[in-house]
Amino acid sequence: MELIVDRLEVTLSGRKVLDDVNAILRPGRVTAILGPNGAGKSTLVRAAAALIAPSAGAVRLGDRDVTALDPRERARRIGYLPQDARVHWNIAASDVVALGRAPHRAPFAGPDAKDAAAVARAMAATETSHLAHRPVNELSGGERARVLLARVLAGEPDWLLADEPLAGLDPRHQFDILDRLSDVARQGRGVAIVLHDLLHAGRVADDVLLVKDGVVLASGEAGAVLTPDNLRTAFDIDVSVLRDPEGRLTCLPRGRAALTI
Amino acid sequence: MKGKLALLAVLVVLAFGLSLIAGKSWIPPQIWFSNDPRFAIIVELRLPRAILGLAIGAVLGLSGAVLQGYLRNPLADPAVVGVSSSAALGAVAAIILGIAGNPLVLFACAMLTAGGAMALLAALTWRSPSPVQFILAGTVLASLAGALTAFLISVAPNPYAVAEVIDWLMGALTDRSIEDVRTALPFMALGAILLFLTGPSLDALTLGEAAARSLGVRLGRLQALIVLGTGLTIGASVAVTGVVGFVGLVVPHLLRPIFGHRPAALLLPSALGGAALVLIADSLCRLAPGAGEVRLGVAMALIGAPFFLMLLLKGRTSWN
Repeated sequence: MELIVDRLEVTLSGRKVLDDVNAILRPGRVTAILGPNGAGKSTLVRAAAALIAPSAGAVRLGDRDVTALDPRERARRIGYLPQDARVHWNIAASDVVALGRAPHRAPFAGPDAKDAAAVARAMAATETSHLAHRPVNELSGGERARVLLARVLAGEPDWLLADEPLAGLDPRHQFDILDRLSDVARQGRGVAIVLHDLLHAGRVADDVLLVKDGVVLASGEAGAVLTPDNLRTAFDIDVSVLRDPEGRLTCLPRGRAALTI
Repeated sequence: MKGKLALLAVLVVLAFGLSLIAGKSWIPPQIWFSNDPRFAIIVELRLPRAILGLAIGAVLGLSGAVLQGYLRNPLADPAVVGVSSSAALGAVAAIILGIAGNPLVLFACAMLTAGGAMALLAALTWRSPSPVQFILAGTVLASLAGALTAFLISVAPNPYAVAEVIDWLMGALTDRSIEDVRTALPFMALGAILLFLTGPSLDALTLGEAAARSLGVRLGRLQALIVLGTGLTIGASVAVTGVVGFVGLVVPHLLRPIFGHRPAALLLPSALGGAALVLIADSLCRLAPGAGEVRLGVAMALIGAPFFLMLLLKGRTSWN
């Protein structure tokens, strides 16, 4: 089911953070949301997860406004991986992942066989099964990021929205996370990722949504959006866009854009 | 986990028994099955006291565990929300106005101010139901209630009333009757049910507010449960015993290494642990040398503060 951003406007403490944003995010594809700091990327994802109420317009899942969905139903359909990777109590990794099943369980029912199976699948997919009994705050950053990703996967949502899931990870663990997210899209579900790294965006994204100052600069297939001109406008840098031997996009940042007078 | 919980329950039963037996006059259990006149001491004095101790300990432990889970801070306890000090304000006002002769009036006054404070807390935080907002508003209410209490004491015309206030503020289970039990228990039971309902949401909050909301947690509803639950339980407990601190702070701490850090898994153990702690502390209070007893509130502070210091020194690394 498509996630439709329709004339979305978000105002936070009197400042218009998003202004007339329109986009259609398609399932089965990875959509990278790119833009400089303060562009409104996180706000867009939070609005899509119905964590912020828009001041105008809406984000719709199919034909239903996400803010009008019952919170538990919405939680079953839209998974959200926040930027904040803290886990406030030092609980076992498998308990963290099991939290992802909360919207599927009756409030005081224990986990049933279906929940246990979903948790096991999510942990296997993120290669965290062996960490199940470890206290989560004693894991390395890469391990914890995978456990938190498993938490979202365990909910088996139609849409997965990840806000900068690569922050603080080394390259290998960045690939770990991106590959898992791609797998999710290959299963036919929707994935939208807020990214900062243009190299990763080129490698992983099927579609790109380029935002700056709260408006959409460009959106569509990665090849059409990731052009030197667009990236220069968005980031104020010169970027070489190449194709690697396998035909994948490689965006190579060259440096600050030369002053144009 | 079940086994540990059963052990804790056994401890509560033992502490309850101790509370019936221990005192200036030790009453061995065998007299329960005879016509010993001392049986009256048990039924009239010690039974209500033990029931109250059990109930108060349970709700203090439970609300401490709920608040620590909600605020995601191991230093939270019912005092930070301002309920205890607001309930105390009402009781102090009743004593100073000289209308506290009837225990029901004192109880009503304490519950009214506790309820008022909770309503204020809800009003101050309903727009953005977040733990940070909650703790700030709670701190404001606690200091306001404390200031008003001090003001009332300082303008009290009658030195006897002041003595009574200070005595009452220290918190004690002495000379409580079965009437007190009957008045307070329904409020505590209702509040405890509300507090137990918060468990699943508290677990989800482990991942932070945004993730919890994305998992379907309604923060506004959660906060309403907590405000109402602590208002009813702590309001009623302060209204019958005065202020007893440290239980809500220390008990969840003690139990976390045993039952794990998951907030919902700590609720029932904290209620049991709180009950055991208060029953044991109250039994020890009666054993103080001399004619009088140590006030329960004072005893808890005397046990609690050094204990907390110990936790602080030992656990420095584990609280990051």
